[in-house]
Amino acid sequence: MRRSMCALGTWLALSSAVQAAAPSASVSPAPVTPVGEAVYAHWCAPCHAAGPGHPGTESLQLKYGGQRPAVLLERTDLSAAAVAAAVRQGVLLMAPFRKTEITDAELQALAAYVARSFNKGR
Amino acid sequence: MAVPPNVNPADFEAALSLWRSAVGADWVFTAAEDVALYRDAYSPYWAEPEERLASAAVAPATLEQVQAVVRTANRYRIPLYAISTGRNLAYGGSAPALSGSVVLDLKRMNRVLEVNERNAYALVEPGVSYFDLYDHITKAGLDVWIDAPDPGWGSLIGNALDGGGGWTASPFRDHFGSHCGMEVVLADGEVVRTGMGALPNAKSWQHYKWGHGPWVDGLFRQGNMGIVTKMGFYLMPRPEAYISGTVQVYREEDVVALLDTLNLLENQHVVNGSTALYYGDLENIYGSVRDQATPGTPAWSLVLPIYGPEKVIRAQLEYARDKFARVPGMRFVEGELLRTPLTAEAQKRVHQVNFGIPILAIFSMLGRSPANPAPAGGHIGFSPVIPRTGESVLEYQRYYRENMAAMSAGKETGIVGPVFLTNWERSMVALMMFPIGRDKASNSRMRLAFARWVTKAAEHGWAEYRAPTPFQDLVAQTYSFNNHALLHLCETIKDAVDPNGILSPGRYGVWPKHLRKG
Repeated sequence: MRRSMCALGTWLALSSAVQAAAPSASVSPAPVTPVGEAVYAHWCAPCHAAGPGHPGTESLQLKYGGQRPAVLLERTDLSAAAVAAAVRQGVLLMAPFRKTEITDAELQALAAYVARSFNKGR
Repeated sequence: MAVPPNVNPADFEAALSLWRSAVGADWVFTAAEDVALYRDAYSPYWAEPEERLASAAVAPATLEQVQAVVRTANRYRIPLYAISTGRNLAYGGSAPALSGSVVLDLKRMNRVLEVNERNAYALVEPGVSYFDLYDHITKAGLDVWIDAPDPGWGSLIGNALDGGGGWTASPFRDHFGSHCGMEVVLADGEVVRTGMGALPNAKSWQHYKWGHGPWVDGLFRQGNMGIVTKMGFYLMPRPEAYISGTVQVYREEDVVALLDTLNLLENQHVVNGSTALYYGDLENIYGSVRDQATPGTPAWSLVLPIYGPEKVIRAQLEYARDKFARVPGMRFVEGELLRTPLTAEAQKRVHQVNFGIPILAIFSMLGRSPANPAPAGGHIGFSPVIPRTGESVLEYQRYYRENMAAMSAGKETGIVGPVFLTNWERSMVALMMFPIGRDKASNSRMRLAFARWVTKAAEHGWAEYRAPTPFQDLVAQTYSFNNHALLHLCETIKDAVDPNGILSPGRYGVWPKHLRKG
């Protein structure tokens, strides 16, 4: 298996939607509400919470090598627009989420919640 | 805006208008960016002409809305493709089998209708995920477990209908096998309830699955004869404790005695947990069998989990150890006994799906890792069923070693496996994973290798129990006994119950008359 997986390393990686989506100055930040936290807990935390057994966190740990936090909620460089783009475009193994799963209104609340520390603490 | 095949644009507009009236304009999706969310993120044909794409999507929230949508589709002969939570990744995701179909997205039908602790069952709608049911049970403080597949965001109904399985005790791991009663919308909008649910005053719908007369539930598994809107499932009363043992043998051929003994113990229900067979040592979780085992290390390791009362399972494990003692040179290691509910500390140490807790940790397996810093992104699974004997394992292993290079045209493909899954009670699955990403050249190589495996495996009498959408026709063709008599029977039934061929055309290789080739 190890040998097989190494071979994959030579393949082209996907460009990350998080990186691709530049923060937009025209988007005014939505207020942080309990809805955003609830959406995060249901849809994001199973992969992106802290600790082992969370594939999103493990993946980001390897991707950033400690240069940025692996846990999404600890990030200060994620804008609401970047969060929304990742949810609707998907990233690597993470398939996009449909509007029947996360509505536009829920996405706005989720993005505001995850991006609540955007540009803070720098 | 895309228009479904063989439908004129005016009719499609009329249907969309009726659907908007039925479900609300917000739940009819025609904008390109919304319809794109229904693409199969793991499609082996991503961005190629053969990629299966939807023309639109409609998302009803109630049975009555499903009926209204289906009646309109039937009137205008518009193909619908039903999905539950749409997370059937590696098997087609939320994309249709026939391009241009309108996806009937049932995610909004997300009610847990009943959880009966006393008789240990649940009745749910298609949009209910394993996470949803787990949350419902936890919040209500009920003493029952669910049996989740590896990714917990899937639908109980969708997973069962696709042939999925889980990881707790044997009566619950076959998700279709552990269902009891269905409600189905047919192509003309009629509603059928199966089993005891066909009684107007049914009191035992989730108590007895067979009812009276022919049992039709199987028509809706991997089928396109109707749209399942409710389904009952047996739940597992929380067992008092869990124990496991590991048997290790040091010669490859000892897998024969290993599996014979395992079969005896499982068929006697002495071992009732989801066993795991590793080639080599326990660290070789998704280990390839392409290389010979290292001398001095185990050739095979078999983990035997048992659920039940503490006193009883200790005796069961002792009995199992005595049986395996007949295998020369075997080593037996007794595992830790865990009492339930698990402590928070214990939860962190175990594979939670073995304890009825849905998670998504499986995505670590094929995600970014130190050994694989740039994974392809997706994958598709090749899952042939093989007999549950050591001879079959050795034959498959030999076949793999001899043919892998030729199957992949001599290129390193990153294919993972085969892993011999023993979680079905009476058979095994020799699972292989084919990496799929956005690189068309490598996707093309994967498709070619996958198709070769399907064809060559069938020549040996091994065929898949489940397949990604683009390969379902090919796999269906391998079930060809007596000039494809089984497929012809399914087509005859399809034509009778869905004469306009509007329900999920092409799903699992069953096409309506007007779309059949040859």
